[in-house]
Amino acid sequence: MSRFLSLCLFVVIWQVAAMTLGAHYLVGPDATLAAIHREIRSGDMMFAFGVTLARSLAGFSLGMLVGSALGLALGRSQALDRLIDPWLVIALNTPALVVIIYAYIWVGLTETAVLAAVTLNKIPTTAITLREGARALDSRLDDMAALFVLPRWRRWRHVVAPQLAPYFAASARGGLAMVWKIVLVVEILGRPNGVGFKMGLAFQQFDLPLLQAYVAPFVALMIAIESVVLRPAERSASWWRRHAP
Amino acid sequence: MRLDVSIAQKTYRLADGGARRLFDNFTLRLEAGTIAALLGPSGCGKSSLLRMIAGLDRDFSGAIDRPAGRISMAFQEPRLLAWRNVEDNLRLVAPELSQDELKALLAAFELDGRGQDYPGQLSLGLARRAALARAFAVKPDLLLLDEPFASLDRGLHERLRDKLSERIAGRAMTVIVATHDIEDALRLADRIFFIGGAPARILNRFDIAAPREARSPLMPQLRAQAQQIQDEATAEAVARPVTS
Repeated sequence: MSRFLSLCLFVVIWQVAAMTLGAHYLVGPDATLAAIHREIRSGDMMFAFGVTLARSLAGFSLGMLVGSALGLALGRSQALDRLIDPWLVIALNTPALVVIIYAYIWVGLTETAVLAAVTLNKIPTTAITLREGARALDSRLDDMAALFVLPRWRRWRHVVAPQLAPYFAASARGGLAMVWKIVLVVEILGRPNGVGFKMGLAFQQFDLPLLQAYVAPFVALMIAIESVVLRPAERSASWWRRHAP
Repeated sequence: MRLDVSIAQKTYRLADGGARRLFDNFTLRLEAGTIAALLGPSGCGKSSLLRMIAGLDRDFSGAIDRPAGRISMAFQEPRLLAWRNVEDNLRLVAPELSQDELKALLAAFELDGRGQDYPGQLSLGLARRAALARAFAVKPDLLLLDEPFASLDRGLHERLRDKLSERIAGRAMTVIVATHDIEDALRLADRIFFIGGAPARILNRFDIAAPREARSPLMPQLRAQAQQIQDEATAEAVARPVTS
């Protein structure tokens, strides 16, 4: 509830600021809503939204998958970690923009390049988070699982995965926001559709309401995903902690 | 069918980079069905020995021949999964357990009605009982117990020991209990190995002929005997340290 009030307060501040600064500097919620309405009516909004969302989800999923696998491997093998860790630091400090440009140059202006660029940007942060998770795995429980000869799948499902769940959730929460920003840059640089492309268009025409019309719904969607999917998921992953005396 | 432990050498790497020799030509033989206690001061290597017997630590030279069959162990800490309730913790290691068997097992350790509780809701004493119930859930042929009563208060300690004694008697299996408490060893075991020295070795052994359930009246006498053997063994270990 306090979360909802906080969001309402934000909208009020936004409206007041827009009224103070004037429409040339900041478009208020009312004008944004009108622009959204226009874009929905023309059908552009749904298409651009769908395209960007699909790209974001694909990149996010692949990045999480590969990044988690890499992170777990690094957390379990010190030798591998010593080898790969500097590369991770390099990857983390390489601007997303550079990765995107290389992806376009090497693969061409295709959806494959988009997926590659987004995934490559997501992998290092996920790997680092899950590496911490793998390092924090309780070796005493490993011993317990080995002693009772638990089959691989049961060991993963009941012993390992619950210990990793909070790290996975943290990585997912941070990752979704990051991924969609990267997708926008990818789109603005080399795609003829999607929210990023629309924003590029808005910038060229100095059409601030159009820009806002595409930012606001996406942010709203992210807030919705965050509070309806990710937060409850994180809470349910650590619900057993509340059973502590 | 017997347990045959012969450890040529086991060194323990210290944090500062040095190494400590824990075992040097250590042998231990146990006929199947024996209930044995490893009695020795904390830190003498009992837990390491149990881990090697359990197959969790293979970093030693020598060989351990285990009789075929299932191994089970109760660790020094309960090591329950905090995110699974007591019943599920038991089912995890023994999915073949029927609902009735599960109920009976929980009842045997006075855990009736606690099956749905999570380990975080249990006191240490209850958590230890759950861990013991889990150790029995797999119907082991070789059961290893590492200080099963550590850090419990006296009353609980004795009650749990009685429970354990009943369960051990109820099933043919080989049991090794590591303990520093002479009373535990006398109540539970048929044979006590006094462990000590560095590297650790068997200083002496003590066989108890009286059946477990008839020991209570004999305890003062047994205690005196065992104490004497322990004192002699300890004195000998101090006087004649093994050089390696």
